[in-house]
Amino acid sequence: MAKNDLLGGSLWDQYSNKVTTLMNNPNNQGEITQEECDVAGHKLIVADFGAESCGDAVRLYWEVDPANDVIVKSKFKSFGCGTAIASSDMMAELCIGKTVQEAVKITNIDVEFSLRDTPDMPAVPPQKMHCSVMAYDVIKKAAGLYLGVDENSFEDEIIVCECARVSLGTLREVIRLNDLKTIEQVTDYTKAGGFCKSCIKPGGHEAREYYLVDILADVRAEMDQEKMRAAADAGSHGDFEAMTLVQKIKAIDSVVDESIRQFLIMDGGNMEVIDIKDSPDYIDVYIRYLGACNGCASSSTGTLYAIEATLKEKLSQKIRVLPI
Amino acid sequence: MQVYLDNNATTMVDPAVTEAMIPFFSEIYGNPNSLHRYGTASHPAITKAINQMYKAINASDKDDIIFTSCATESNNWVLKSVWVDKILNGDKNHIVTTEIEHPSVLSTCKFLEEQGVKVTYLPVNDQGIVEAHTLRSFITEKTALVSVMWANNETGMIFPIKEIGEICKEKGVLFHTDGVQAVGKIPVDMQNVHVDFMSLSAHKFHGPKGIGALYIRNSEELTPLLHGGEHMGGRRSGTLNVPYIVGMGKAIELATENIEEKMVSIRAKRDRLEDALLAGLSDVMVVGNRDNRTPNTILISIRGVEGEGMLWDLNNALIGASTGSACASESLEANTVMLAIGADNELAHTGIRLSLSRFTTDAEIDYVIERFENAVKRLRAISSSYAIVQPTPGGEAGECHIHH
Repeated sequence: MAKNDLLGGSLWDQYSNKVTTLMNNPNNQGEITQEECDVAGHKLIVADFGAESCGDAVRLYWEVDPANDVIVKSKFKSFGCGTAIASSDMMAELCIGKTVQEAVKITNIDVEFSLRDTPDMPAVPPQKMHCSVMAYDVIKKAAGLYLGVDENSFEDEIIVCECARVSLGTLREVIRLNDLKTIEQVTDYTKAGGFCKSCIKPGGHEAREYYLVDILADVRAEMDQEKMRAAADAGSHGDFEAMTLVQKIKAIDSVVDESIRQFLIMDGGNMEVIDIKDSPDYIDVYIRYLGACNGCASSSTGTLYAIEATLKEKLSQKIRVLPI
Repeated sequence: MQVYLDNNATTMVDPAVTEAMIPFFSEIYGNPNSLHRYGTASHPAITKAINQMYKAINASDKDDIIFTSCATESNNWVLKSVWVDKILNGDKNHIVTTEIEHPSVLSTCKFLEEQGVKVTYLPVNDQGIVEAHTLRSFITEKTALVSVMWANNETGMIFPIKEIGEICKEKGVLFHTDGVQAVGKIPVDMQNVHVDFMSLSAHKFHGPKGIGALYIRNSEELTPLLHGGEHMGGRRSGTLNVPYIVGMGKAIELATENIEEKMVSIRAKRDRLEDALLAGLSDVMVVGNRDNRTPNTILISIRGVEGEGMLWDLNNALIGASTGSACASESLEANTVMLAIGADNELAHTGIRLSLSRFTTDAEIDYVIERFENAVKRLRAISSSYAIVQPTPGGEAGECHIHH
């Protein structure tokens, strides 16, 4: 929220002129009949996507020349808002003259780009991006019917965000490489979840197989585990500085137990490790003296130097011991 | 011609109302709480507005009508302060409301649920109203408040406020009604119903935006929502919005005087429009029996025509309508009332609300009938729902999973 968000913008003012024009006068609206195709010896393919109960439905018609798989004619019918009609119209337009194999490569991004007035200005506001996604899905379905294969076989990777066409692999990689911690960061880096928002978490516009919240949590959990494993490995090789906090405390405790505590107890005293603070130059170990050590003159001089020297020697030269 | 048929969202300010307000901006501008003559100069006009309010809803002199900034404030005030008074500082823990209240009630109830309050959302029947006997079974000893709207903004359906009030009285439970869509559209007589709190909004009856009111029966205790000075007897702080109070008083007077006659006139136009659309178009359905509806409202479902697409075409024809609550008109969700009344999922995205006012003319109705039918024809010609050639075997689409 900020100044520019105070007055929610008018949805329709955010449509490009092309969207408005095609909504008012779609060029490829209509049907193709079996009779027309029979005359030319062509094949008719009709595919549906969406449903009225979702608020969007499209039917795509292709007349395909079986000799070369070229889509000679493409039409659509649509139940939906202005952007659904304009996207369907542009989608049908983009199919014409392409082979079925080429048409399958048309994505919702292609449809949306073709609807832009200028290359850097989106054709529709974020919440309408799903309309062009439907156009993409119905092409796959039609191609599957024509080629006699499962429509999912055209998808070589799992798409998590349909609007921005971001795959599971990309998301996992970007989260990992950039050490992303929040959904907002994921959206900023990948655009996933920035449009219809269905893929962010369950309960959105449509149900999804994968959600960004789960993917982020999974990758973060994996990263944490890897970090711990790396630290544990480092610990067993004696690399104190690479250890996690807990491992550092354990390592210090074990040095104290092995080499320090016995001398303090001999004088009727003891000590405990309170906290550890890491900084680039130092590892500060805060300790508390117990029993006779508490208030002993040597506890801030000789004894302290001895403890620090032992820890430095056994663990790291960066250690400073600070009594509290 | 251009026609505004979205009067359940907001209305034109009656020019007579604007005229009544104007002196109180730059001529009589004193703070009514001041002791000097600048302040007291506004008192007669405020007193007049208060009298206009009491008369319009037939409130008793023992009752309070407190001016607020809007009905959203009034609704928030009742819900949050009953929570403070009867739940946080009392032994109650339960509020009853309905599934199809205005967002200012529903969102506040959701907020109160987060604070630990139990809230029951009553379902509506196929007419889109809550039946009084349904309510009875949900009131418990722990119920602090019942909040049920007088008339629904989307369907115009009128709820059985008299019966609900009797049940609340019998059970000793406070009763709040959001009267925003009722006041100025149908007779509202507070002596005829047992209502403890009622929210009102001026801009729904040709008054200005930015002013509402809360009726409080018998000056019932209710912790203020806004603390501050001693305005409105300490019940609602904030310098009195003099021009808007004057405007609201004038507007409610104009809307409620001879209301029966006004209703006859609006209803005649509404019925003519509704009859023409039902006769001229196939596969259309209007929600709710028209005899139990505010006389200005039609919620019509048009098979095969998506609501926003229809609004687009109507807008191109310079007709302003709505798919539902204006507060949610940017949302992609299906019409909540349509889903609540159990309409087929296919119809949930096809609702168009047409709401008239006393300024709507017969010529406008004729124009809308023609343009509405043209829009339906054009969109059905594009619609996949009306396509003839069927999908290639295997090319059919599955039903979608709807979220609401």
